[in-house]
Amino acid sequence: MEVPARNRAVEGLRGYGLIVAMWVRSTMTYRTSFLLSTFGNAAITLLDFVAIWIMFSHVDVLGGFTLPEIALLYGSASASLGLADLLLGNTDRIGVRIRDGSLDTMLVRPVPVLAQVAADRFALRRVGRIGQGLAVLVWAVCALDVEWTAGKVWLMPVMVVAGAAIFGAVMVAGAAFQFVAGDAAEVQNSFTYGGNTMLQYPPTVFGKDLLRGVTFVVPLAFVNWLPALYVLGRPDPLGLPGWVAFLSPLVAVVVFVPASLVWRAGLRSYRSTGS
Amino acid sequence: MRQATARRAWLYPAVAAGGFRRYATYGTATAAGVFTNTVFGFILAYTYVALWEERPGLGGYDQAQALTFVWVSQSLLAAGALIGGGFQEEMQERIRTGDIAVDLYRPADLQLWWLAADLGRAGFQLLGRGVVPLLAGALAFELALPADPVRWLLFLVSVLLGLVVSFGIRYLLGLAAFWLMDGTGINVMAVVVTIFCSGMLLPLTVFPGGFGEVVRVLPWAAMIQVPLDVLMGEHAGAGGAVRALGFQAGWVLVLLGAGRLLQSAATRKAVVQGG
Repeated sequence: MEVPARNRAVEGLRGYGLIVAMWVRSTMTYRTSFLLSTFGNAAITLLDFVAIWIMFSHVDVLGGFTLPEIALLYGSASASLGLADLLLGNTDRIGVRIRDGSLDTMLVRPVPVLAQVAADRFALRRVGRIGQGLAVLVWAVCALDVEWTAGKVWLMPVMVVAGAAIFGAVMVAGAAFQFVAGDAAEVQNSFTYGGNTMLQYPPTVFGKDLLRGVTFVVPLAFVNWLPALYVLGRPDPLGLPGWVAFLSPLVAVVVFVPASLVWRAGLRSYRSTGS
Repeated sequence: MRQATARRAWLYPAVAAGGFRRYATYGTATAAGVFTNTVFGFILAYTYVALWEERPGLGGYDQAQALTFVWVSQSLLAAGALIGGGFQEEMQERIRTGDIAVDLYRPADLQLWWLAADLGRAGFQLLGRGVVPLLAGALAFELALPADPVRWLLFLVSVLLGLVVSFGIRYLLGLAAFWLMDGTGINVMAVVVTIFCSGMLLPLTVFPGGFGEVVRVLPWAAMIQVPLDVLMGEHAGAGGAVRALGFQAGWVLVLLGAGRLLQSAATRKAVVQGG
């Protein structure tokens, strides 16, 4: 019997919430470890910024961008990835679940598998990265010399949320890829964490071919590059018009279509290891 | 008696071979890791080009040397378990569940057993995840790789010493589970320090002032910075090479010695707990 689509979505969210709550309770059993790892999570990502800061102790501009301008890129990419990682990051554990056969248990539970996989071992410590990214973003906004218009102000929160959604779609597609490729969580990481590292630097640093790839194939440029270029009043190196900066939410919705299609295809192709 | 000694002599190479084979079975994971290291190599290489164009000769390296730094450190990353993936999570789990008692009853030395297994793992990852990214980097960029075979030999000795230093630190982290029960927090903090102080983020010669001087004498420098400098001939002449390798050997002795002390304290504690 086909369950109505809206019911499934509600069930999914409910199941997700319950599993998340369970993991949060379990995390809090070792409170010292939780505090250490949350702090560590923020510190790890802060080090990326310290590296940029050390670079700027030797130069005034990098790829033609100043430190506050790069901080805008850094903070928004970091907050977006942190948000996606918190909500969907553990989908990369599906490879382990397939190998040890525990995905089978998920298939028989009355909660959509994606919700279970996403909530699997929910890591609240990842708020560390979000907080740290937002802190750098706020510093950048204060340090920047920008003529704020309604459009630019609107773009700031939209950039972070839509960016998280684009990263999230990549994570779901990456998880689906593991149905085919087995234990390939690192491929997913190179698009998410690798993409994040790339987006922390100005697009002018990278080759045109790479820019085309992350604009038109895996649209990571919409996570923060295009909105941030608009806010900073700088032209896009590929010559795209200014209004594309406002397309990020649309791109986020559009990329979830292929991501959810490959996820369903992956799940249908799943054959249990029988162990 | 002599037979027992002879068996003992073969034990650790056999454990190392087991470690090598165990990781050799993860074919897809290795391929995925190669992909990730290559992607990160490209992203970092572009940012280094931007930085060294702005400031030629920064940190005492020309652009080809800086790019060599990027690609060789990507090749050493998995072998040295610099961002996790070594043995200490497994060891901590065995301590938590009490399985470590079985290890202690084995007619083998606990520290040498884990060292042998970890070197076997590292050996596989040096071949499996080291060679391809370096080749990709050498094809795409102009690198400063030496033609002198002696230099490569010294580099390999330096890499081996760096791997043992990395093991020495991670063994202490593993043992910490006797007191902490859950290792997640301390592992995350350790990765933070390793990323920052090994040279993986930026060559340590770029770190400014007294801060840079401190970072360059800490054990983490033995993992990336020293092998790279040996490879690129920064420690020219026999005296320079001896100093570099002696620095690493000194940290090997200190860390393995500290591991022994902590191990005897930990095993006494395990007996008290009765498991």
